[in-house]
Amino acid sequence: MSIELAVNGQIHRVDVEPRMTLLDCLRDKLLLTGAHAGCEHGVCGACTVLLDGVAVRSCLMFCVQADGYAITTIEGLTPAPGELSVLQDAFCETHGMQCGYCTPAMILAAHALLAGNPAPTRDEIVEAISGNICRCTGYAQIVEAIALAAERLRGANRPAEP
Amino acid sequence: MKAAPFAYSRPETLDEACALLAADDGARLIAGGQTLAPLMAMRLARPTRLVDIARLPGLAFVRQDGDTIAIGAATTQRAAEAHALVRGKLPLLARALPWVGHAATRARGTVGGSLANADPAAEIALVAVTLGARLRYRDGASEAELAAADFFVGPMVTALPLTAVLTAVRFPVWDARVGVAFHEMSARRSDFAFAAAAAQVALGPDGACARLAIGVGAATEFPLRLATAERALTGTRPTQAAIRAAVAEALADMTPMADLHASADYRRRVVQSLAARAITDAIADGGARHVH
Repeated sequence: MSIELAVNGQIHRVDVEPRMTLLDCLRDKLLLTGAHAGCEHGVCGACTVLLDGVAVRSCLMFCVQADGYAITTIEGLTPAPGELSVLQDAFCETHGMQCGYCTPAMILAAHALLAGNPAPTRDEIVEAISGNICRCTGYAQIVEAIALAAERLRGANRPAEP
Repeated sequence: MKAAPFAYSRPETLDEACALLAADDGARLIAGGQTLAPLMAMRLARPTRLVDIARLPGLAFVRQDGDTIAIGAATTQRAAEAHALVRGKLPLLARALPWVGHAATRARGTVGGSLANADPAAEIALVAVTLGARLRYRDGASEAELAAADFFVGPMVTALPLTAVLTAVRFPVWDARVGVAFHEMSARRSDFAFAAAAAQVALGPDGACARLAIGVGAATEFPLRLATAERALTGTRPTQAAIRAAVAEALADMTPMADLHASADYRRRVVQSLAARAITDAIADGGARHVH
């Protein structure tokens, strides 16, 4: 089937079998390999992408279901080539990653959280990444990174006093 | 971990969806796909055709319908969780929805999909049975409705005809001072529950239980409503001992499931504790609230 996908602000036309997951389509057809294939059945969260700004598992969606949504992958979060987003910077700074396998998904899950909740509590952060498994960090630095990024974004986005 | 080949259709109407199901025994509906997609990845399910109703017009809504709140089958769990009518008028469902999977699966998973899938551990099914929700479906040209108590038949088995499309579920709204509680036990938060319990009470002006709805799930093949316990406790201000006795009596004949993670005895013990705790907590919760 021929379908159109809107990924990171660009429209792509791809020819796929219906059984191809959105994850495999992103990785194999569009060469966006930031979405990682972990368990491929919805348990590990490594394949997280944003669908209209909301975190979803791209392994639990067939790509033929994904047309008409604005899809964001980790490649779409950087402000410009070679730069990092505030969240990505915070992950580096607090050592919020080790092997890096879960990292793009963690950052996208955190991005979706902060888009709707600029001042999350620790519990809200933990809840937001509860569907994403990390086997290295023990999560503490990831939580720290998200809190740090939230604090910076709150400062950066404060509206001017009237 | 790749699904077997299948054909894909995205009908625009219910008539078309029903016709596609009727034309092919191997065709299955998909909406959020949060259970079907992993089953297909593991090749435990091999549908020949997926009929995608995730965006079928008119299947995603939350609205007042008489003295019920009607939720469209393709409404995502996330949308239901955030909806003012669910938060305001269906406090038990609002309490249960955060327990469904993870945020990322609730973003795609639908209310109707969870009901039609009939996993014994499913929270929405437990609330539907506890409150006596009614499930509406379309089968070819005919529409019909089933009470939740008649809908769930066994693990992953429902009374829904294979050619039917579940369209909506209506939860009754209690016009009263209502308290709710929802508890479950699992190995990790958001894993499949070993045992779960839900309770909703309406308190009279004297603080006695004017009306009760109590249900348990996950421990048995499908959710159970504890009608005898409801009758025993209605009209009273029950003590802990009375609550425990009523729950034990209501669950005396239960046949718990057993697996590697939780034995039948464990599930029986836990589900009794959770049910008693849910009733106690719902009564305590009732003081502060008025649903209208």
